[in-house]
Amino acid sequence: MAGYILRRLLQAIPVLLGTTFLIYFMVFAMPGDPLLALFGDKTPNPALLERLRQEYNLDQPFIVQYFLYLGGIFRGDFGTSFSGEAVSDILARTFPVTIRLAILALIIEFVGGVLIGLYSGLRKGKLFDGTALIVSLVFISLPIFVIAFVGQYVFGIQLGWARTTVSSGAPIQDLILPAFVLASISLAQLIRLTRASVIETAGLDFVRTAYGKGLSRRRIIPVHILRNSLIPVVTYAATDFGVLLVGATVTEGIFNVPGVGRTLYQAIIRGEGPTVVSFVTVMVLIYLVVNLVVDLLYGLLDPRIRYVK
Amino acid sequence: MSNKPLTPTHFVAPLEETPLVAIDAVNVGERKSNLWIDAWRDMRRRPMFWVSAVIILLVIVVALFPGLFTPVAPNSDCQLSNSNGGPTGEHILGFTKQGCDVFSRIVHGTSTSLSVGIIVTILTTVLGILFGAFAGFYGGWLDAVLSRAGDIFFSIPYILAAVVIMSVFSAYRNVFVISLAIGIFAWPSTARVLRAEILRVKQSDYVMAAQAVGVSNFKILMRHVLPNSIAPVIVVTTISLGAAIVAEATLSFLGVGLPNSTMSWGNDISAAQVDLRNAPQTLIYPSLALSITVLAFIMMGEVVRDALDPKARAQR
Amino acid sequence: MSDPTPRPAGTTPLLEIKNLEVGFQSTNGIVPAVRGVDLTLMPGQTLAIVGESGSGKSTTAHAIINLLPGAGRITGGTIMFDGKELSSYSEKQMEDIRGREIGFVPQDPMSNLNPVWSVGFQVEETIRANGIASGRKEVRAHAIQVLKEAGLSDADKRLKQFPHQFSGGMRQRVLIGIGLSSRPKLLIADEPTSALDVTVQRRILDHLETLTRDIGTAVLFITHDLGLAAERAEQLVVMYKGRIVEAGPSKEILQNPVHPYTQRLVAAAPSLASRRIQSATAESATHALGDLEYAPTKVTEGLDLIAAAEERVEHRPAAKRPDAIVVKDLTKVYKIRGQGKGSSGELIAADKVSFSVEKGTTTALVGESGSGKSTVAKMILRLENPTSGSILIDGTDVAPLKGKELLGLRRRMQPVFQDPYGSLDPLRNIGNTIAEPLQVHNVGDRTARRDRVLELLDQVSLPQSLITRYPNELSGGQRQRVAIARALALKPDIVVLDEAVSALDVLVQAQILQLLAELQNELELTYLFITHDLAVVRVIADNVCVMQQGRIVEAASTDAVFDNPKEQYTRELLNAIPGAGITLGV
Repeated sequence: MAGYILRRLLQAIPVLLGTTFLIYFMVFAMPGDPLLALFGDKTPNPALLERLRQEYNLDQPFIVQYFLYLGGIFRGDFGTSFSGEAVSDILARTFPVTIRLAILALIIEFVGGVLIGLYSGLRKGKLFDGTALIVSLVFISLPIFVIAFVGQYVFGIQLGWARTTVSSGAPIQDLILPAFVLASISLAQLIRLTRASVIETAGLDFVRTAYGKGLSRRRIIPVHILRNSLIPVVTYAATDFGVLLVGATVTEGIFNVPGVGRTLYQAIIRGEGPTVVSFVTVMVLIYLVVNLVVDLLYGLLDPRIRYVK
Repeated sequence: MSNKPLTPTHFVAPLEETPLVAIDAVNVGERKSNLWIDAWRDMRRRPMFWVSAVIILLVIVVALFPGLFTPVAPNSDCQLSNSNGGPTGEHILGFTKQGCDVFSRIVHGTSTSLSVGIIVTILTTVLGILFGAFAGFYGGWLDAVLSRAGDIFFSIPYILAAVVIMSVFSAYRNVFVISLAIGIFAWPSTARVLRAEILRVKQSDYVMAAQAVGVSNFKILMRHVLPNSIAPVIVVTTISLGAAIVAEATLSFLGVGLPNSTMSWGNDISAAQVDLRNAPQTLIYPSLALSITVLAFIMMGEVVRDALDPKARAQR
Repeated sequence: MSDPTPRPAGTTPLLEIKNLEVGFQSTNGIVPAVRGVDLTLMPGQTLAIVGESGSGKSTTAHAIINLLPGAGRITGGTIMFDGKELSSYSEKQMEDIRGREIGFVPQDPMSNLNPVWSVGFQVEETIRANGIASGRKEVRAHAIQVLKEAGLSDADKRLKQFPHQFSGGMRQRVLIGIGLSSRPKLLIADEPTSALDVTVQRRILDHLETLTRDIGTAVLFITHDLGLAAERAEQLVVMYKGRIVEAGPSKEILQNPVHPYTQRLVAAAPSLASRRIQSATAESATHALGDLEYAPTKVTEGLDLIAAAEERVEHRPAAKRPDAIVVKDLTKVYKIRGQGKGSSGELIAADKVSFSVEKGTTTALVGESGSGKSTVAKMILRLENPTSGSILIDGTDVAPLKGKELLGLRRRMQPVFQDPYGSLDPLRNIGNTIAEPLQVHNVGDRTARRDRVLELLDQVSLPQSLITRYPNELSGGQRQRVAIARALALKPDIVVLDEAVSALDVLVQAQILQLLAELQNELELTYLFITHDLAVVRVIADNVCVMQQGRIVEAASTDAVFDNPKEQYTRELLNAIPGAGITLGV
């Protein structure tokens, strides 16, 4: 297992270098003045421009710029926002809120997705299964902001069950609706994936043998069918985390959740290019870390990975 | 019992009960059958296929000839006096804040969404096939390089990447640039699917048989391996067409998509959000158009997946 | 219908199946799989059900403890087990029967243990579920005992390991241990060893036999191999298309098959044929294949392996002919990436392999999995490059060949591979598949190629109408015929048959072997026949090379190897051919 972890960590390094380089390249290696381009049709004041020019070492050759920027990232320095506040300080303030929202959403996603998918798969072809398949397909097709608005309109405005915007401090009860919205698309995907995985596993030889050994259905379903079905589900959830990040940006923006996502959302809306770049980098790093953790988790889930190679 | 047992315990069934049939007789049906023929036969029996096919066809016709569906111009016929007005006889879906006809704007925005979907899909498919096919088939260092490159692109969620690109290219926001911004980071999933499939197909005995005959590697790839690996790519492609439409709408919604002057469902939804309380129709209808279109592509992808993958067929 | 299996007076049967009907629900109604099967098994007795795939033998066995897949239903008949009517049992009641009173050993050891749980976990849960022991320590102790009994050394360490760390034979031992862990009255063994190497198969079946005899467990043994069935069971039941066609004492059925289907099976089973040839040659020390007193009947025409062997011997060229293939010191070393901490190792797949194949004859390369036989075949076909050593085809060293010359070599030598479902490109029709070699080598124009394809279809006895059809419309045997036609398209001198008949049902296998023998005579082909099955070798090959761990351990004429094996390993392989103790009616 130790070798497995080490190898995964080593493999993550080139990807980390590659992604940060790619982002940096997209922004700063383009012809023309990257800063002016980042501000689009706005004209920033010269003092700000000058500050940013120094911050990004734009007087240096490109490759030096990149390494200085990379060094900054390793020191936790992601630059400063328009208001002059360090991005790392903003993160410290907003991250806990986003974590709360994300954990809520992940719980909804996993508990709902796995339970509904398992039930659906075990009752293939029944009414419940058919309904779950169709409803999940509709949810997959809906863009997250449409779900957010419909949620806001139905539960916030029409029924009055939830607040349309989150009050300051982001208490849990205000986060429930945004969490459901955020979880919805991945929830639908997890239902379909779990269902398919359960149906496939239930037909495998070792399940029949488990019955042949005299085990009860009540034991076989969790221990042999569900346990094995979770392997592809977890793999999927990791790659799907990117969707969750984008979803968080939109959801936090619409529900005014004071988290990392809303900060990015507002920076995008206001056209504050450099802040956008900083926060996208942060999100990509989060994505990389989550994928690494899931990869390691995968080793726990599947002994074949743990021991071979 | 017709046969007399040879010994008290030796049982022989009468031949008429189990007549012998010729061993391994060739017994082919009337109709030919291979993966594609079977898939088509399977698909056309399913209502979901026809529903999504009709919607997709309708979307294409609307995108090509919007004038056929509405006489009202989406921009020039706007009157502020109609701002956020409800439906009237001629304007069945009501008016936007600017007093424009909602239905007309939806009809005229169709081509934008569809164009982005198609361009992104072409881009991701071409890149995905190039990277996936060469990495999977030739293996070795080429695979290592191409796959690592894919990993890096895959590690940046493509909408976030598109946000950055569109921020940098804010001066050039049009259908091509936005398609490029989405497609350039969306191809690795296609490449991964194809690579995995090629690795599997490559092991087949018919590939070895072709080598033993002397078919060149490149021809084996084109003639045997790629055609037999392409099925999952088609599924991914169909679904990704829907996903690309969503991506464009999301970027436009965030304000880094197409400029307001370009008619697009995402822009209209974005503009309508401030009036969710008093004029929900301005938001609901373009959202509906967007969702139904995307649903059609995703349903089509599911139908194709079921038809092409015997495993998926068994799960129905 | 009267009871087909015997009932000695004074004892009650352990298992009595009457008029069992099993069907599978499909969109077009119920498809019958088992049609009116009667079966009686006495306590402690072993009964084998023999049949080809699709005969209903496994379905019958699964129906007893209701392990039928989702769409399967018992649609009629009764199953009495130890005084209990099992077909009326609920799922809950059946749980108490399974494992506890009726043990089950499945077919494929690779897929029948859950890969994510340790072996110990899977043994222990069985022990708990069947109430054999309770309490952590006791269950563990019992699990160790089960594995020890199953013949696993250092069982206590093995408990923590996962299935993928076990070899196929070890996994099957675990499954047998699980099946017998609660000392059941009946064990259902569904092709328990057909996925294993022959020597492993023999050891495991010997072990199973000892265990069940000691415990006094009756065994219902499902197999496709008539020789194996007869060797392992006192009673034999032959199934065909869901019905029992013949049943009775094993020896009796083998010596005196009455039903034409049984006659076909007896004629086509390689293990029996090789035994029969063996006993014939042993009796008359001289070479006397032609003197066999076996009279082929009409129903066995085209299937009789002895006839095929005779034909080969008759056509064997009298004078020595030049060698078509000469292999010298052929070695292949694979570099394997580090298993564990950065250590990288080497795998010697072929180790100084030398042999030669005379023109117009058949040489068999025999070995178990991992012996390197397929690697040698691939090097000869120039699909892999040797690490060292040389290969001469018709006197020409093939190593330096490139471009046009390599194409020329490929034209003279063609392969047929094992997997009938993977050997043809599923998206190309049969005509294009057979024509591909002609196209690549620019032989003839379109019409000439078409004519040649039609001629080839005739040669392999397939209807010409198949030319526009696709592989998935054909059976496994028919696909292998197409693969043979493709191999023959360029009129090669040498055909390399890499386990070309191994995956086929026994009757189809016999047909293809017969076809290969005919083609060899007609076209004066040289065969290099790669196989794990010595019984088939006895029938088809002139010379044998026995391979073990990359080396040839013994090489001689087939007669010499069978009559007078020099090496211990060869003797083991020979003994592993099922049917050793059976006297046949020759």
